[in-house]
Amino acid sequence: MTKENNHIYETKYATFCEPPNEMALKSGEKLGPITLAYETYGELNKDRSNAVMIYHALTGDAHVAGYHQGDKKPGWWDIMVGPGKAFDTNKYFIICSNVLGGCKGTTGPSSINPETGKPYGLSFPFVTIEDMVAAQKLLMDHLGIKKLLCGAGGSMGGMQALRWSLDYPDHIHSVISIATNTRHSAQQIAFHEVARQAIMADPDWQNGEYYGKSVPARGLAISRMIGHITFMSEKSMEEKFGRKLVGKNRLGYDFSGDFEVENYLKYRGDSFVHRFDANSYLYLSKALDYFDIAEDGKLTDAFKKARSSFLIISFSSDWLYPSHQSKELVRALKANDIDVSDIEISNSYGHDAFLVEVEGLSDIITHFLKKSQKSMSHE
Amino acid sequence: MNEHNEESRFDHQVIVDLIETGAKVLDLGCGDGALLSLLIEKKKCHGTGIEIDEKEIYRCLARGLTVSHCDIDTGLADFSNKRFDYVILNESLQQVMNPRRVILESLRVGRKVIVGIPNFCHSRARIQIFFHGRVPVTKELPHQWYDTPNLRFLSLKDFRSFCKENRITILKEVGIAKNKKVSLRPNLFSTMGIYLLEK
Repeated sequence: MTKENNHIYETKYATFCEPPNEMALKSGEKLGPITLAYETYGELNKDRSNAVMIYHALTGDAHVAGYHQGDKKPGWWDIMVGPGKAFDTNKYFIICSNVLGGCKGTTGPSSINPETGKPYGLSFPFVTIEDMVAAQKLLMDHLGIKKLLCGAGGSMGGMQALRWSLDYPDHIHSVISIATNTRHSAQQIAFHEVARQAIMADPDWQNGEYYGKSVPARGLAISRMIGHITFMSEKSMEEKFGRKLVGKNRLGYDFSGDFEVENYLKYRGDSFVHRFDANSYLYLSKALDYFDIAEDGKLTDAFKKARSSFLIISFSSDWLYPSHQSKELVRALKANDIDVSDIEISNSYGHDAFLVEVEGLSDIITHFLKKSQKSMSHE
Repeated sequence: MNEHNEESRFDHQVIVDLIETGAKVLDLGCGDGALLSLLIEKKKCHGTGIEIDEKEIYRCLARGLTVSHCDIDTGLADFSNKRFDYVILNESLQQVMNPRRVILESLRVGRKVIVGIPNFCHSRARIQIFFHGRVPVTKELPHQWYDTPNLRFLSLKDFRSFCKENRITILKEVGIAKNKKVSLRPNLFSTMGIYLLEK
């Protein structure tokens, strides 16, 4: 199953919405030009019917799989995407783009505002999942693809997949939504708010005007530490760290750090600062918090528009996006007579489960894509 | 579809014969999806399954089936009225917490309901109770009292009177024993009964 993906990939760029044709955002503001960073894997077939779009989570990027020149580590979902893998690049044409508001090549708060010649910072308009998806649709048109065979993602990626099924119901044949929900809950918003406060409390944040100066590294690192706690389960932390000490064989009775779990979180926080922009974290976490498919109405009514078939996957140990939230989504789909399969996978990895090699996950996706391809060819 | 190349069970064949081509079917407690696959293959049915066992869900998905990971007792509430032509409860009714509610709910979401039940009063079971003074353990009822998944113990006769009390019409009853239909005294000689119901 796991053949090495030796091909060297490059990030590509496409620019849309040049003024005066800016994108009208959900907030009421306008944004343009918009550049999207994206990567593609595999070959688009003749009738352009094998395109699969993968959506990344909060801090992901367009680089899903394989290696960039000189990279030691492959892309963020390399276990799932590649020749012979679940998203088989021998069969499917895989597209992944960095989300609007991100900091990995797509237009976001750290991009240069062409009007001022300076980074947007907090003058960047608020973006939503709807806006991210609208930008992806422009990319799809640019690539000359009328209909996606499948749109797939975990966490924030799952939200984009659901949004696609509602905003472009005739342009997406099937949806794979993993460890996600249909609206951000009070608890999810609460964790995000603590993370945002950590960034904004850092004196280096400077109201978002820190570009070219020292970045709010402490604040961003703390927000990432909080994130990592929510991505793991109590059991996975216990198994991974327990009360193991680091670099000492007895308690230090000081604040230099005793436990391996402290060390791990610090390492994760510090390394995150080198790869992510604090303002992007603020904007994207807000986009998640604003996510609510039903808005004021009923969830069942919201899915009336959907035409795709769905695969909904959740994990028993995920307490950040618990299974019952996925089940609520499944109920709304069933009530609309929509073709939906769902599974709650038992494991102890917590929310992060979709990023690790989970037994069964590859198989489920492999079979679902095969089935989707078969039903799309009968249309 | 026939990748698994399995010999289909006799009760499955009986159920397949009850269903017309192209019907929309919901299989409650669909297990590994063998019956649903057979219905899709033989009768071009549009099938959906409900199953509580995670391992069976993988098998169903591997067969390319649509399946939902939930329990029968709660899983039915999501579907709209008469959404399916047939709702199947084969060898699963005796394991649900609230069989009456499940049958009535099945009759709400399906035009017709097919129920397959093991007969706990079949002749060999009766002999064991009468002559040996033991709760029956037979080929068809292989479990001991302490490890049985069955919550309900009933006979074909019990099921008929249940239907009468709940004003459910039995359109057809098929008694089965040793891969054959039983026409003589089915409550005594069948190990299993399959019912086609309507309300």
